[in-house]
Amino acid sequence: MKRVYVDEKWCLGCHLCEYYCAFANSGRSSMVKALKNRKIHPRIRIEGDNQISFAVSCRHCTDPICVKSCIAGALSVEEGVVRIDEEKCVGCETCVLVCPYGALMPSESGVMQKCELCIENAGGKPACVAGCPNKAIIFEERA
Amino acid sequence: MAKYVIIGNSAAGVACVEGIRSVDREGSITLLSSEPYHTYSRPLISYLLEGKTDEERMKYRPDDFYEKNGVDARLGVRVTEIDPSEKTVTLDSGEKIPYGKLMHAAGSVPFVPKIEGMETVEKKVTFLSLDDAKALADALTPESRVLILGAGLIGLKCAEGILSRAGSITVVDLADRVLPSILDETGAGIVQAHLEMHGLSFRLSDTVQRFEGNRAVLKSGETLEFDVLVVAVGVRPSVSLIENAGGAVRRGVATDETGRTSLPDVFAAGDCAESYDISSGQSRVLALLPNAYFQGHAAGVTMAGGREELKKAIPMNAIGFMGLHILTAGSYTGETYVSRDGENYKILFYESDLLRGFILIGNVARAGIYTALIRERTPLSGIDFALICEKPQLMAFTAQARRDLLSKRQ
Repeated sequence: MKRVYVDEKWCLGCHLCEYYCAFANSGRSSMVKALKNRKIHPRIRIEGDNQISFAVSCRHCTDPICVKSCIAGALSVEEGVVRIDEEKCVGCETCVLVCPYGALMPSESGVMQKCELCIENAGGKPACVAGCPNKAIIFEERA
Repeated sequence: MAKYVIIGNSAAGVACVEGIRSVDREGSITLLSSEPYHTYSRPLISYLLEGKTDEERMKYRPDDFYEKNGVDARLGVRVTEIDPSEKTVTLDSGEKIPYGKLMHAAGSVPFVPKIEGMETVEKKVTFLSLDDAKALADALTPESRVLILGAGLIGLKCAEGILSRAGSITVVDLADRVLPSILDETGAGIVQAHLEMHGLSFRLSDTVQRFEGNRAVLKSGETLEFDVLVVAVGVRPSVSLIENAGGAVRRGVATDETGRTSLPDVFAAGDCAESYDISSGQSRVLALLPNAYFQGHAAGVTMAGGREELKKAIPMNAIGFMGLHILTAGSYTGETYVSRDGENYKILFYESDLLRGFILIGNVARAGIYTALIRERTPLSGIDFALICEKPQLMAFTAQARRDLLSKRQ
């Protein structure tokens, strides 16, 4: 299965992935309407300082501890993709407590959100990957 | 063909089904539950009262869960006996069901202390099951004065759940602080102040000496009038079936790392069982849903002939009240790093080059990075401890460790 991988060697720390993510998940057709003058809630986040930076999003672990830990049964694995049912989530943040990557965070509404590899939008090709200007974020199959 | 019987229909029971089915698609599974409901998420009963979920959405697994997994779910039956020599369980109807492998995931029951005059209280409930939540909802009116016995996880989640459905809520606890099992004094002070700001009243270091109908006389001498009593002083692991069958029981059912009990082919998991807590080095009941799942899953895989062990069990709790999140994990021993800014509070506990535990209140973002340090027993000398103290971040790791985390399949 294809997953998102990042290489900090190539990351410019430009945060464009965050904007592409927020836009892809906004449900809006215009990037300006989706992002301008809004606080964005991307599912991928840049971490780092002036020297080192890298993007962090869900790793779609083969044995995901968040899914096993979810008290609401809101997280599940569908064909390898760790997905969240925002209707079932109550925002208890148990997934925040257990994810070793810090990859889940609250959405605007308080329930949790996470990267779902853009399977519901952007035609199944992660928008962060397509938008990264330096190929620091890659979508491919690795053993 | 293996025949699996599972007693219990909550997280550990469901995890056991999923564990078995990850190895064995064929063996028959019979699941027995005293509650008549499709599997539901027990910790969500307070959210149900609060209106943040409903009975449909709080189902722990989809409607087709039993069918898809080939589970004969017998809901609303009670098991009265396990016979380990005949390898049968007996139901309250007298029916005997044979097992090849048995999972005992019977959970816990509310502990109701003996207090003089308790029988004179007209409306009293415990708060552990869906039926408890329904009974409480029925008992409440917008004017109800609610008295909650117990300022622990259950009592306070209950309080949050009914805050907008009750007239007033008073919480009494013998402990000198709220959430004594997971918070230190400072953290408890922050949470208590937050709860008081939202209208809760507390009587701490105090207890009910006797009830006279709808009046509680406290040890301090104070008298409290109330309409509804919630008893939430704690739970007791359900161990009698195992005990009566001659199985080893300490506080909870004694199990090894695969969930095996001392009885042949009998496993136990969840709130009824003990786990080995690596943060304290002790076997204890870790009554928390993620651990119930881990343990139930490991046992299910093992029952089906596969290999999975519960190796990294630690206490951990995610709880929150009216927007204030509290995440805690591990054991509170060793040296500390503390930072505080208003309601945001952090204390890290470390010793012998290991992170042992933490309490985070308010800003809890990415806490799982801390939890992983405890579970994986990551040597602190190999990471940038100053950065880790500042906030949970992958920057604190070496470039190689980050490559392993972010450039490899997990």
